[in-house]
Amino acid sequence: MRVCIVGCGAVGSLFAANLAQLDDVEIWAYDLAQEHVDAINRDGLRLSGAGDVLGRLRATTDAADLPPCDFGIVATKAMHTSDAVAATAHAFAGGCVATVQNGLGNEEAIAQQVERVIRGTTFPAGKIVAPGHVQWDVKGDTTFGPFEARPAPAGEVARLADACTRGGMPAKAVEDARGPQWRKVIFNASTNPIGALTGLTHGRVCEDPALRSLVSALVDEGKAVAAAQRIELDADPEELIDHAARPDVAYDHKASMLQDVEAHRQTEIDYLNGGIVRFGDEHGVATPHNRAIWALVRGLEQSW
Amino acid sequence: MRICVVGAGSIGSLFAAHLATVADVLVLTRRSEHARALNERGLQISGRHDFTARVTAASDPRDLADFDLGIVATKANGVEEAAASLGGRFPAATIMTVQNGLGAEEIVRAHGDWPLISGVTFMSGTKHSDTHVEYILDTATWIGPFGETPFDRVQEVANLLVDSGLKAEALQDLRPAQWSKLIFNATVNGVAALTGLPHDEHFAAEAEVADLGHLVHELVEEGKRVAAAAGVELHDDPWEMNVLATRRGSAHYPSMLEDVESRRRTEVELINGALVREAVRHGVEAPLQTALYRLVKAREASYA
Repeated sequence: MRVCIVGCGAVGSLFAANLAQLDDVEIWAYDLAQEHVDAINRDGLRLSGAGDVLGRLRATTDAADLPPCDFGIVATKAMHTSDAVAATAHAFAGGCVATVQNGLGNEEAIAQQVERVIRGTTFPAGKIVAPGHVQWDVKGDTTFGPFEARPAPAGEVARLADACTRGGMPAKAVEDARGPQWRKVIFNASTNPIGALTGLTHGRVCEDPALRSLVSALVDEGKAVAAAQRIELDADPEELIDHAARPDVAYDHKASMLQDVEAHRQTEIDYLNGGIVRFGDEHGVATPHNRAIWALVRGLEQSW
Repeated sequence: MRICVVGAGSIGSLFAAHLATVADVLVLTRRSEHARALNERGLQISGRHDFTARVTAASDPRDLADFDLGIVATKANGVEEAAASLGGRFPAATIMTVQNGLGAEEIVRAHGDWPLISGVTFMSGTKHSDTHVEYILDTATWIGPFGETPFDRVQEVANLLVDSGLKAEALQDLRPAQWSKLIFNATVNGVAALTGLPHDEHFAAEAEVADLGHLVHELVEEGKRVAAAAGVELHDDPWEMNVLATRRGSAHYPSMLEDVESRRRTEVELINGALVREAVRHGVEAPLQTALYRLVKAREASYA
């Protein structure tokens, strides 16, 4: 089978290099960073850290190079989904496209361009340290399920999950993949922007009771929006937030959004708190705190 | 007539220089080199007005001669120290406060039983050096009696300010003006501090769902509900104050924004904190003002 990773940043590279270990899978990567693409074609794609992997694959900055693929795995930042999928959609005319991105709304954006869409949520993380070289920070699971409005067949969802698992990226195929997605979105939307606005690490956000109660207000709104859609969260975001605040877990972690803000890079706020607000509006659930946080981070982006 | 201005930031300097054209003016500074520079070079005003005034400055309160009117023009955080330095002396003086937020009069009262005048000022300046302040906004200072202070005394001080070239008005009850400014400052300064935006057109923008104006509007509405519960009828609508201020052309940098950018302690406790405490005292919900207060407090905590 042939898989194209659309957006070969840190997370995309984890999928690309691991899947490239399989004899029965041919991997392509589409990315706009020419240096990264050149390095991958010349030296392969190297992961180090949580796992040491060297993947051989074909990378390109020109979507016209892509052959027809069985699967796409979209791993761009959420604001680039539409452009990236519009450029590559021709390769997936007979295939299925999965998202492993952050936030809400990526499936909808993909479905505007391709027929069969897979909802996905992934927890592994890393960062690009040099062209062709990605630091693998944490391992984690991935969940795939058909996107309700334009579903991929269950057999295809299972085939993708199986390949990922065999390649070293444990993945599960489920009927309803919204639970893990909303759990992750609520976690991120309730903690990352607080770090971004205050400059505090995750642990310091959580140990200030006044600030922790603001986090809970954001979580409660997210849970209410999920419940209004009859989504069952697979874990309580509150427990995950407290767990991550432990000194031996992620107390000192600077949220990626804080890193974005410090580097004056556009954040994914529109797809996190903005996504919760949009879905809340659609289902008649008030989300005043998420709306406020969305506006504040938007304001922050406008100040650059 | 001798007047003592305590604190020579931009507001204190504007009062001192103008009043020096109609009275003897003493200036009490924190730093001795600041006092020395004022004694040597005088105090230069540019912008709306253009002149240099002679003042007598000291950094040690024991060096102050008796005066008739004291103007405490420190930041809200400096009122305690300023009032303590006057405590037990100057029995003939009337003391006026002009701080942002609420509560400065009570702090001064704890150090002496001088007649007190409450003030709010809407003028603004930019301090270019210890001896040079640019007069930016020549909007009015409103003053009113605090406690048993006779209104005639307030009227005299207002006349003196007007004679000196500043805009001023004596009001029987200052609370409507004080609260208008409190709600305006809590909202605009808090949002500016968190977003890094000067007070510009973003604060009035309400075209898109995530535009900052919606949040500013909601914050103002909460503040108005608190004022209503406190029995205060506002002098000006803080939303209209906001819209007007954003149309002035040159965007103002609220002091709270300057403070967080310099990693200094802000006036959040006496502005946002005061508003949130009033909400609690009067049993009014103010969730977004509460969130704003907690975020700015957390931003201060991130310096350490």
